[in-house]
Amino acid sequence: MISSKKKRMNAWTILLFILPALLVYVVYVVYPIITTFNYSLFDWSGLSADTTFVGLGNYVSLYMDRIFWLALQNNVLIVMASVLLQIPLGLIMALILSSSIKGRRFFNVMFFLPYLMSTVAIGLLWIYMFDPVNGPVNQILMWLGFSPVSWLADPAIAIYAVLFVIIWQFSPFYMILFRAAIVGIPDELYEAADIDGANSKNKFFYVTLPTLIPTIVTSSILAIVGSLKAFDIFYIMTGGGPGHATEILGTYMYKQGFINFSMGYASAIAFTMFVIAFVCVVIIQTLEYLRRKRGILS
Amino acid sequence: MKNKRGKQILVYIVACIFLVFTAYPFIYMISTSLKTMDDFFANPFRMIPGEFTLDHYFSVFEMGLAQYFLNSVMITVAAVFIVVIIASLASYPLSRMSFRLNRPLFLFFIAGMMLPIHATLIPIFVLSQDLGIYDTLLALLGPYVAFSLPISIFILTQFMQDIPKELEEAAVIDGANHFATFRRVIFPVIKPAVSTVVIYNFVFLWTEFIFALILITSPSQMTLPLGLQNFYGEFSINIPGLMAALTLASLPVILMFLFAQERVVKGLTGGALKG
Repeated sequence: MISSKKKRMNAWTILLFILPALLVYVVYVVYPIITTFNYSLFDWSGLSADTTFVGLGNYVSLYMDRIFWLALQNNVLIVMASVLLQIPLGLIMALILSSSIKGRRFFNVMFFLPYLMSTVAIGLLWIYMFDPVNGPVNQILMWLGFSPVSWLADPAIAIYAVLFVIIWQFSPFYMILFRAAIVGIPDELYEAADIDGANSKNKFFYVTLPTLIPTIVTSSILAIVGSLKAFDIFYIMTGGGPGHATEILGTYMYKQGFINFSMGYASAIAFTMFVIAFVCVVIIQTLEYLRRKRGILS
Repeated sequence: MKNKRGKQILVYIVACIFLVFTAYPFIYMISTSLKTMDDFFANPFRMIPGEFTLDHYFSVFEMGLAQYFLNSVMITVAAVFIVVIIASLASYPLSRMSFRLNRPLFLFFIAGMMLPIHATLIPIFVLSQDLGIYDTLLALLGPYVAFSLPISIFILTQFMQDIPKELEEAAVIDGANHFATFRRVIFPVIKPAVSTVVIYNFVFLWTEFIFALILITSPSQMTLPLGLQNFYGEFSINIPGLMAALTLASLPVILMFLFAQERVVKGLTGGALKG
C-alpha cells in the first residue's frame, strides 16, 4: 500500500541499478556452482582437455571413500566445538563485560583481539605456540609437571589442538553478539526480579538466559554454516594431516583438485558441500519458521 | 555484603583467566618479534626481550613483505570501492521500489552468505585462465567483489528501508531523475551503513586466503596472507622474523579497531545483530 508512490520507476531503470551487481554475482557465484556440478560428472584432471563422462560415478566413489566420511565427521566436530564451547565462552566473556568490574573497556579490547587477526597469521602463530620443543604451551605444561605433548603431530590429538585455536579465534565474535543482546535487556525485568526477591543466580536463569535464546539460536546457525567454510586454519596448521587425522571437506576438496589434479572428483566434493549447506539452511529456516509460529501462538 | 565482595573477586579472577587466554599469544608474538636471534634461542619464553631490536621488521620488509602489503592494499581498496558502488546501486531499488522480482532477487543475492566458497573454486580457476588473468592480482578482483556482495546488499537494504520516503519524493518533484536522486539524496544519507560495509569487507578481504591460494603463484602478485604462508615455508627457522611479519600483517586491522571500536564491532558482526 505504501508502495503506490514508490514505483515510479520503470523496469529498465530498475534493471540498470541492479545489473552491475547481478552480472558480477552471476559470473563469479551462480555460474561456477552450476559448472561445478557439470564438472563433477566427468573424470577430468584439469591439466589437459581430456574428459570422460562418468555420470554420477564420482559421487559413488565419494560415498565409498573412507576419507570423505572422516572429513565430514571432522566438520561435524567443528560444529560441536562451536556450539558447545565457543558460544558458552562467548557468553561468559559477555557477562564479564556487562558486570560492574573496573577496566571493562580494556577487557573488551583484549578479549576481542583474536578475532581481528587473519586466520593465516593465527595458524602460523599457533604452530609455534604448539611447537613440541620451543613452544610456550609445552613449556607451561612441563612447568606444571606434565610431560610434553606433540600437539600437531599426534593423529589422536591434532584435531583438538586445531579446534582449540578455532575456539580461541571465534569466541570473541560470539561475545560481541551476546554483549549487544545483554545491553538490550530492559532494566525493568531485573527490577521486577529484585522485588520478587530473586538472587543473582535466579536472575541469570530466569531473566538473562531466556532473553538470550534468540541470540543463541542465531549464533548456532552462524556456527553451523561457518563450519562448512572452515579451511584456512586447517590448511595452515596441519594441511589435513598427520595422515588424514584433521582432514575436513575443504582441505580434502583442495587436495583432490589442486594437488592430485582430480578436478572431477574435487568438483563432486565441492558440490556435495554446496548441497550440505543448502540442506542445513532449509532445515534451519524451517525450524525457525516453526519456532516463530509457535511463539505467536503461545 | 561479604558475599558480594567474594563474587566481585571471582569475576575478576575469571576475567583475568580469559585475559591470559586471549592476550598471551599476542604478547608472545610481539615480544618474540623484538628479540635478537641469540636472545630468542637462549630465552624463548621471557616476555620482555633481553635486548630490543627492530631488525626483524626491517628485514622482513626487505624480504618481500612490502610487496605483499602493497598488493593487499591495492586489491582490497579496489574491491571494496567497487562493492560499495555496485552494492548500493542494487540495494536502492531492492529496498525502496516495489516490483515483482524484488523479493526473489533479494533472497537470491543474500543466499550467497550461506555458500561454501569451495563450490566455486574450480570454475573460477578455469575462468581466470581462460581470461588470461591467472596469476595476477586482477584474477582476485571478480571473486572478491562477488563474495562481498551478499552481506553488503543485506546491510545496505536494511538501512535504506528505514529512510523516510518523503526525502526522495521531494527530489522527484524537483524533477531529478532516479540516478540523480540516488546520488544526491540517498547516498549521502546511507553513510553509516556504507562505513559498516567498508569495514566488514576490508577485514574479510585483507585476510582472505583461499582464492589467493588457487589463483596466485608468483611471489610478486601475492597478497599478505598468501605471502605469510610463503614466508613460513622459506624462513621457518627465523621465528622472530616470522613473528615480526605476523605482527605487521595484523597491525592495520588492530589499529583500525583501536581508533574506531564501535564501528568495527558493528561492521564485523555485520547483519548478524539484526537477525
